[in-house]
Amino acid sequence: MITLDTIRKRFGSLDVLQDVSLAVRPGAVTALVGPNGSGKTTLIKIVLGLTRADVGTLHVDGQPADEAGAYRRVIGYMPQAAHFPSNLRVGDVLDLVTQLRPGEATDDDLARAFEMHAIRDKFVGTLSGGTKQKVNAVIAFMFRPSLLILDEPTAGLDPLSANVLKEKIRSVRREGRSVLITSHIMTELETLADDVAFLCDGQMRFAGSVAALLERTGERSLEEAIAGLMRAERAPKLSTAPAVAAFTPTPWLSPAPKGAV
Amino acid sequence: MNVISLVLQAGLRDLSRNRWIVAYALCFFAIAEGLFWFGGTGPQVLLSLLNLVLLVLPLVALVFGTIHVYSSREFVELLLAQPVPRRELFVGIYLGLALPLAGAFIVGAGVPFAIHAGAGASAGGVVALLGAGVGLSLAFAAIATWIALHTDDRLKGVGLALGVWLATTVVYDGLVLGAAAAFGNYPLERPLLALMLTNPVDVARVLVLTQLDVSALMGYTGALFQHTFGTSLGIGVAAAALLSWWVLPLGLAGRRFLRRDF
Repeated sequence: MITLDTIRKRFGSLDVLQDVSLAVRPGAVTALVGPNGSGKTTLIKIVLGLTRADVGTLHVDGQPADEAGAYRRVIGYMPQAAHFPSNLRVGDVLDLVTQLRPGEATDDDLARAFEMHAIRDKFVGTLSGGTKQKVNAVIAFMFRPSLLILDEPTAGLDPLSANVLKEKIRSVRREGRSVLITSHIMTELETLADDVAFLCDGQMRFAGSVAALLERTGERSLEEAIAGLMRAERAPKLSTAPAVAAFTPTPWLSPAPKGAV
Repeated sequence: MNVISLVLQAGLRDLSRNRWIVAYALCFFAIAEGLFWFGGTGPQVLLSLLNLVLLVLPLVALVFGTIHVYSSREFVELLLAQPVPRRELFVGIYLGLALPLAGAFIVGAGVPFAIHAGAGASAGGVVALLGAGVGLSLAFAAIATWIALHTDDRLKGVGLALGVWLATTVVYDGLVLGAAAAFGNYPLERPLLALMLTNPVDVARVLVLTQLDVSALMGYTGALFQHTFGTSLGIGVAAAALLSWWVLPLGLAGRRFLRRDF
């Protein structure tokens, strides 16, 4: 579906991404995880064309991503927090996005499930954060994209809405479409993800199936496995004790080979 | 419909309901109506309003524009994530900011002159005032857009916008007076004319005053300008200068929008 090959990105003197490679399989949910500031958002923005990589290539369905951004026709994007112009009505926002993508088949399942018809005439500025997030989700899923990029999709949603959204993600996967998802709620990812990509300090430390990660780390849950990876990454930085200074990364911390996913 | 008109329509819909934009239009309306109410003749109201326009309009366009672009950033990212060209999106976003600002000014300042059409204000003067106001709105909205796209830190961006306002409305006058006083023994006509063209506010002031028979209010640069170019050519030169004050920052902002990482 999408392939990122040796992506490098630097902001000033900071190496945000260093030779990051990742492949998102068709019909799979890939969880992109890592500590805050690890480069997840930058990587997502590179896929979306919002940020340009200094080095590296992005292929979508085997074709190089074009500068004009036509490849984004296959992508649905749900940012972490919804920010719409507060004086627009919900209907205005949905109509705008629909008109920006004319001729594309639409999927109204989520709009119905989140009862968008009931809030179409409400001004966005009067909505709660969770309701705005529902609008955000509806926009992402609206065009039946073959790749969904979801950045903390359940943040701010009530449990019922979060369940509806997670069920929608599962149905998307069953239809053979791909999902790239970030979240700090590992228990949630565990129920959704087929593959996991762990970014730390701008480097891809692991990219493979969830089962492979659990096997390598010897942990029983994704949460424990990721927490273990993070602890191992942080240990040398947090302490100067001699025992920690002798820290040696375990083999599974080495960068994943290209196309490991 | 194309991307520009869709994004522009959304911007118009959003800002036409914005309470600050409504208050901005009402403010011009109330002041112009008040001036008429207290017995001002058309030309007097025109001149009083000109001073207000030259001071308030750049401030509102710069500060409101900068804050608006910053607060729209996440929505712009969502739009950029759609299969739409950046260039068209930029034009739509800019016009969605500049046209409501210009429209609010036209409604606020223009309606009182329409109501008091018999009060003696010349049509040329009113058109020049409204035209200069629109020109300043477009130019300063472009400068505000450029500032917000160029500076990621909101506080710095708003500070820079205020700095531009201070420079064009306060510091500039002091600079001209200082230069005239310090180099009074030298032929300063050409340098001062060039200096005038570097300030859109002064260009707008001269553009309106050339339409009014008020040489005493021209100021040094204005009198010099009219003496050098005459009325007809002067209007053309001032309009071209104001146009370049719109096109240049807009070009810089557009270039920044096309190249920047979001």
